[in-house]
Amino acid sequence: MSTVVQARPEGGARRRGRRSRSYGGGVGPLGIGVATLWLSIIVLLPLAAVLAKSLEGGPAGLWDAINAPSARAALILTVAISAVVALINVVVGTLIAWVLVRDEFPGKGFVNALIDLPFALPTIVASIVLLSLYGPNSPIDLDLYATKPAVAIALLFVTLPFVVRSVQPVLMEVDREAEQAAASLGAGNLTIFRRIVLPALVPALLGGAGLAFARAIGEFGSVVLIGGGIPRETEVASQYIAKQIEIDRPESAAAVSVALLVIAFLVLFVLRLAAARTQRHERG
Amino acid sequence: MISVQGVSKQFGDYVALDDVSLEIRDGSLTALLGPSGSGKSTLLRIIGGLETPDSGRIVIHGDDATNVPPQKREIGFVFQHYAAFKHMTVRDNVAFGLTIRRQPKEKVAERVDELLKIVGLAGYQKRYPSQLSGGQRQRMALARALAVEPRVLLLDEPFGALDAKVRTELREWLRRLHDEVHVTTLLVTHDQEEAMSIADDIAVMDNARIEQVGHPRELYDNPSNPFVMGFLGEVSQLAGRLVRPHDIAIAAESVAGAHEAMVSRVIHLGFEVRVELMLTSGEAVSAQITRTEADELEIGSGDIVWLRAAGNSTLEAI
Amino acid sequence: MVISRATRLSLRTLALGYLFVLVMVPLGLILFRTFENGLGAFWDQVTTPASISAIQMSLLIVAIVVPLNVVFGLVTAIALARGRFPGRGLLQAVVDLPFAVSPVVVGVSLILLWGVRGWFGGLAEAGIQIIFSLPGMVLATIFVTLPFVVREVEPVLHEIGDDQEEAAATLGAKRWQTFWRITLPSIRWGLAYGVVLTVARALGEFGAVLVVSGNVPGESQTLTLLVHARYIDDHNVFGAYAASTVLMFLALVALFLMTILNRKREDA
Repeated sequence: MSTVVQARPEGGARRRGRRSRSYGGGVGPLGIGVATLWLSIIVLLPLAAVLAKSLEGGPAGLWDAINAPSARAALILTVAISAVVALINVVVGTLIAWVLVRDEFPGKGFVNALIDLPFALPTIVASIVLLSLYGPNSPIDLDLYATKPAVAIALLFVTLPFVVRSVQPVLMEVDREAEQAAASLGAGNLTIFRRIVLPALVPALLGGAGLAFARAIGEFGSVVLIGGGIPRETEVASQYIAKQIEIDRPESAAAVSVALLVIAFLVLFVLRLAAARTQRHERG
Repeated sequence: MISVQGVSKQFGDYVALDDVSLEIRDGSLTALLGPSGSGKSTLLRIIGGLETPDSGRIVIHGDDATNVPPQKREIGFVFQHYAAFKHMTVRDNVAFGLTIRRQPKEKVAERVDELLKIVGLAGYQKRYPSQLSGGQRQRMALARALAVEPRVLLLDEPFGALDAKVRTELREWLRRLHDEVHVTTLLVTHDQEEAMSIADDIAVMDNARIEQVGHPRELYDNPSNPFVMGFLGEVSQLAGRLVRPHDIAIAAESVAGAHEAMVSRVIHLGFEVRVELMLTSGEAVSAQITRTEADELEIGSGDIVWLRAAGNSTLEAI
Repeated sequence: MVISRATRLSLRTLALGYLFVLVMVPLGLILFRTFENGLGAFWDQVTTPASISAIQMSLLIVAIVVPLNVVFGLVTAIALARGRFPGRGLLQAVVDLPFAVSPVVVGVSLILLWGVRGWFGGLAEAGIQIIFSLPGMVLATIFVTLPFVVREVEPVLHEIGDDQEEAAATLGAKRWQTFWRITLPSIRWGLAYGVVLTVARALGEFGAVLVVSGNVPGESQTLTLLVHARYIDDHNVFGAYAASTVLMFLALVALFLMTILNRKREDA
C-alpha cells in the first residue's frame, strides 16, 4: 500500500502555549499593571535610588568609595569568609543530606525538621544563641567573640539549609541500580561515590553553594552581635554599610551596597548559566 | 443551528484557522475530525467562547455570539483532561453551574440526582474526583456540563485520555445519551473510527481548513480529495488512481482494463486476507479480499494476477 | 553502595555532631539561660512595657504586611502564571530580587528613596514621615517578604492549569466567582505556606528594619530590635535571652505549620 497521507508535525502544543486571552483566572492588563507598579514601588525604585546615589560622584567616585581601606577590607573579608562557608557547606551539607537519605536512626524526622530551623529563626536570635555558647560567657570556655571564626560560625548557622535541601531530593532520585552496576563491575565505595553519585549531585551542590554564598555576603543580623564589627578585622560589608548610614555618609553606603548587589547577581547569574548547561547536557 | 462564518484565527505567526465556515444541524451529533494541529480544537474553543476569532462570526440559534463571553453562551464544554474541580465532591461539581445561578437547593439536589443517574454515577455524590476512574470523571464532567441545560454541548477529545476499552464503551454510551437528550453536540476527535461510529455528520479538518462535511458513509464513499480519503480509511494506489484496498478486484485471468501484477505476499488476518502485489511497473499495491475469495483464487506468492478497481470511490492521485 | 556498619556510624556521628554543636547546644543553652531563674523571671522580662510594646509593634507590622503581600502577591502570581505579555521575564526576575539583596541594603535603599534627602523626600517635608517610623518599617518588611507568596502560589497555578477555570467559565461563573470558588481553593495550601513564611520572616526581620527604624523603645521597636537593644544598649543579657526565646518559640510554631502544610500539599 502506498502512503498518501503524511503525518504532520505536532501543532497542538504550540497552540496551547499561545492562548490570546483567558476567560478563566487571568488578571488582564489591569492586573499586570498593578503587579508591575507594586514591584516597582517596593523593589525597583529603592534599588534604583541606591544605584543613582552610588553614581553621584561618577564612576570614579563609586570606585573610590568601594576602594576606601575599610570598605575594601570589609568586602574582601565578606567574600572570603562567605566562600569558605559555602565550601564547608558543600562538604557538610552533602554529608548531612546523605545521612538523612541513606541512613536510618531513631529521631531522624526530628533532625530533618531541625535543618529548616535557621530559615525560621530570626537572625538576631541566631546571633545571640551562638554568642551564648561561643561568646565571653561560654560555659565551655571557648570565647570566639569578635574573631573571624565567630563570623564564620554565624554564617554557617544561617546557611545550613541551602546545600542540604538542594542535595537531599537529588540524592533520593539517584539511580541505585547504577551504583549496584558499578559495584558489580568491581568499583569500591569511594569510586562509586566519586564516579556515580557525585556527578549527579554537582548541579544541586552548585545551586546550594551559590545560594548559601549569596545569602552569606549580605548577612547582617546573625553576625552583628557575635562578630564584634571591628573595622578591617571582623567587620563584614553589611555592617560597614550600616555604619556609613549611621555616620551619615550615604554615598559610601550606596557604593558598597552596589558592590554587594553586583557580586550577588554575578553569582546567581553564573549559577543559572551552569544549571542550564548541565540540564542541556543531561537531556542531550 | 450553529453557524460558523468565515472564521480565521492566528496565534503569532501560526495559522490555526483559515477562513473556516461550517453549519451544524440542530439536535445532531457532529464530529470535527482531523489530525492534531489541524485547528479543530481551536474551532471548538471559538464556538465555546474560550477564544475569540481574528475575523468571522459565530451564530448560535440565530444570535450573533461572536463577542458573547462563554458565561452567557449557554454551552456545555467537556475537556480532554476532565477539568474536574478537584476540591469539590461529585455532587458539588455537577451542581456548580446551578449553584452559580442561585437555584433553590431542593431543585439543585433533584437535578443533580437525576443527572448522576443518567451518567451512571448515582451513589457517588460524596466522592471526590481523585476517587473516581478516568471514565467516571469524564461522565461526571458530562453531567456537570448537562446540568445547566446547555443549548450546545461541546466535547474536546473527551475520550482521548482514556484507555482503548473504556473509550469504546464511553463512546457508545455517549451515542445512546445523545439519542435520549438530543442536545446539539459537537465532538472533536482525531480518531476516525470514533467519528464514524457515533457521528451523524463529520467535518474533516486539515491545515486550518475544513476539507469536507457530510454523513460518515458519504465521506467514506465519495471523499472529495486524497486527504479525506486517506484520513477515513486505508488507501491503495493503482496505476495513478487512489482506491480502497477492498475495492480492488483480483482475477486469475486477464480482463479488459485490468493491470497485471505479481503476488508478493498473502497475509491471512482471519476473515480478511491482505494481498501484497507488485505491478509490472514495479509499483507496490495492497489489496484486501475475503477468505472465501482467496480460497477460490488459490493464490500464493509468485502468482501472476490481474487487478482492477471495482468500487466507484476512486480518486486521481496527485 | 553497600556501606559497612562502622563507616555508616561514623558518618552519622559526624553529621549529627555538626548539627549538635552548631544548632542544638546553642539553642538548648539559650533555653536553659532563659529559664534557669524560673518562669517568673522570664515572664517579668517579657511583660515589661517596652517588651509589650515591641510585641505589639511586631504584630502590627505583620497585620499590615500579610494582607498586602497576599493581595498583591496573588495578583502578581496570577499575572505571571496566566499572562503572556512583554516584560514577563523581567517581572519574574524582579520578584526574586529581594532574595539576593542584603537586608541592610534594603534599609539603605529605602532611606535613599523615602528619606528627607531621598527622591520622595517631599513627602517627609510635607510632614508624612516614612523613614524612622512605622511606614518605613512596613516597607522594609514588605521588601524582604515579597517573594514568598508569589513563589509559593505561582507553581501551583501552573500545575493546576487553566482547565478548571475555563470549565467554570463555560458553566456560567463570572471572574470573581471563578476566583473564589475555583482558583482560591485550588491554591489554598500553597498560599497558606507563603503566608507562614511571610509571617515568620516579618517577625524575624532585623537588618532592614534596624536601618529604617527610629528604634525608640515603646515607639518604633520591634521584638528583634528589642533583643538587640537589650543586649547592646541596656546590657540586659537575660532580658535579651527572654525576648529571643519568645521569637524562637514563634519560629518553632512556624516550622510546625510548614511541616503540616507540606503534608497537606502533598495530599492535595
